Amino acid sequence: MSKRKLERLLNLTLCLMATSRYLTVREVAELVDGYEPGNTADSEIAFRRMFERDKEELRELGVPLETGTPRTYDEEIGYRIPRRDYALPDLHLDADEVAALGLAARLWSSASLATASAGALRKLRAAGIDLQAGPAGLEPRVDVTEPAFDPCLAAVREGRAVRFRYRRPGVAAAMEREVEPWGVVSWRGRWYLVGFDRGREGTRVFRLGRVEGTVTAFGPAGAVSRPEGIDLTAVVESAEPRDLPEQQARLRLRPGTGWALRRAYPPQGPAGDGGTRDTDDEIVVSFRDVERLADQLVGLGADVEVLGPDEVRAVVRRRLQAALAAHEPNAGAGPAGTGPAGAGPAGTGLAGTGPTE
Amino acid sequence: MSGAADRLPRLLALVPYLRTHPGALIDDVAAEFGITVRQLRDDLNLLWVCGLPGGAPGDLIDLSFEGETVTVIDPQTLDRPLRLTADEGQALVVAARTLADVPGLAERDALDRVLAKLEGALGAGEGSAGLAVTLEAEAGVLTTVRSALDQHRRLHLRYLVEARDEVTDRDVDPMRLLSRDGRWYLEAWCHRVEAMRLFRLDRIVDLQVLDTPAVPPPEAVSRDLADGLFSPSPDDELVTLQLAPAARWVADYYPVESTEETDDGGLRIALRTPEVEWVIRLVLRLGGQGRVVEPVALIDAVRLRAAEALAAVERADQPT
Repeated sequence: MSKRKLERLLNLTLCLMATSRYLTVREVAELVDGYEPGNTADSEIAFRRMFERDKEELRELGVPLETGTPRTYDEEIGYRIPRRDYALPDLHLDADEVAALGLAARLWSSASLATASAGALRKLRAAGIDLQAGPAGLEPRVDVTEPAFDPCLAAVREGRAVRFRYRRPGVAAAMEREVEPWGVVSWRGRWYLVGFDRGREGTRVFRLGRVEGTVTAFGPAGAVSRPEGIDLTAVVESAEPRDLPEQQARLRLRPGTGWALRRAYPPQGPAGDGGTRDTDDEIVVSFRDVERLADQLVGLGADVEVLGPDEVRAVVRRRLQAALAAHEPNAGAGPAGTGPAGAGPAGTGLAGTGPTE
Repeated sequence: MSGAADRLPRLLALVPYLRTHPGALIDDVAAEFGITVRQLRDDLNLLWVCGLPGGAPGDLIDLSFEGETVTVIDPQTLDRPLRLTADEGQALVVAARTLADVPGLAERDALDRVLAKLEGALGAGEGSAGLAVTLEAEAGVLTTVRSALDQHRRLHLRYLVEARDEVTDRDVDPMRLLSRDGRWYLEAWCHRVEAMRLFRLDRIVDLQVLDTPAVPPPEAVSRDLADGLFSPSPDDELVTLQLAPAARWVADYYPVESTEETDDGGLRIALRTPEVEWVIRLVLRLGGQGRVVEPVALIDAVRLRAAEALAAVERADQPT
């Protein structure tokens, strides 16, 4: 932005804030330094165009440009900036609130959110609120590395539909999806887009990390409306398979092993101390999805014995056999992938059951 | 925050800032706004010629320089900063809401009050519905670690090393409590290994604040985590894995050195780890969807472990 333009925009802002009545375009041209309406029709058109662009730029910064008619008998539209709407209201923050807000303002490390948050901080500081970095050594951060994040959040804000290519877990080819985006959610360290999938005609959850290529917004702004009162995080959470009945499996652990399982499912014995003693080696674990339970068991190898049910033992055996086959001396010739499918990362809850993608 | 597009909002904030910080040092103001002293002087020179219609001296923004300080005498109409934009309000409100919901965080109560004030004064809550962040925490552990950190006291930890399936006891001097990728970590000087370590809070089995003050040695320096939490060392073993399409998640779940698409829609990845035991467990779990390509010794180890485990399953299958 040139120096002349900056001066003009500042002068325009000051002028429209100083006036209590609406100023017409003509009055603005006369009063504000930097506009040259001239005497010809061409220069008049050029001036009007410039003023239109200036107005737009100020509005994009959040300057509340109000329009109205200057005089009751006047048909021509005029402009002003009400100071009450322009100014950041006084927040009356107590000292501990300032400290807590200082911590919150540094939560984001993603470009767009961090920029927005830095802009907010600058205004708060300008209002005399001196936000410090927060308590020493305390450093909560939320990162965004997915390129799809910014365009998705922008589309949510604008209420526009988006189109992108998406690769479902375990499926080699990405498919094009058309989604009415309701919100962007971070849950357990992963970013998701929640919305209505036009092709699938239903609510869907998309992991932003699985979006391939660019996200394109299309259609008019404001075309998408979020269902009233929807809890987006709950939608992501409910992507966990819930429709399977809960079952119990009995396991025997070799002494001194299986600590994560012991911790999650403390032995029932009378001397349970949070599950880190190795005397009680039989535990009972609850599960819904047998593949997910197997995720926790197979890596333990011979340290865990599945006492029942048989279904669990069968899945564990099948995976061990496939792993063994893949690592036989002549197995290197073919690609991996002869074993059972469906082993996703634990706790991401996105196995393709239910409304999840 | 020093791009040309950002200059107008900066100028609009600069005037009220100088008003609330009379006699501010030029150097401090430049640092505060993230710009050079030269850029700041350009900004001030520009403001100085702007003002209300008429352009008479009393109509202009008036600044006074004294030595290395600057004060605004007359801000004209710019005595308050511009209200927050929708994006700024959203970033601030969602951040405050996220931390206000972290179980065990001492700032929760203050953040709740901040949120009420932000929403009351700015209506800033309205535009925030489309962005939600959950940062889970183990409340008890978080609170205890925080108090040790604030009081500079040593901690005793029982800690689960999942990669080796071990629970270890150690004394640590807390340095930093941080969250990354949705998890909380304690960065501390560990007296057991005499080195800096990151401990996942959800793997702390038990902990106690000791009476001993935390006195980390001079070599205890917080690590720069800009490139991620895991900084592989060149001494670590380089492992190559072939992943079937169903196991592609491994590549975005763990830090990998390289990724290469393969014809079957899978991936060939290379990763460095100080703990090959972890790779054995991962590959077993993948049940044939992942295969160790290199090193050869690791292929043998996986085969041996799988055979051993299978033998145990077969034994259990025999009716006794």
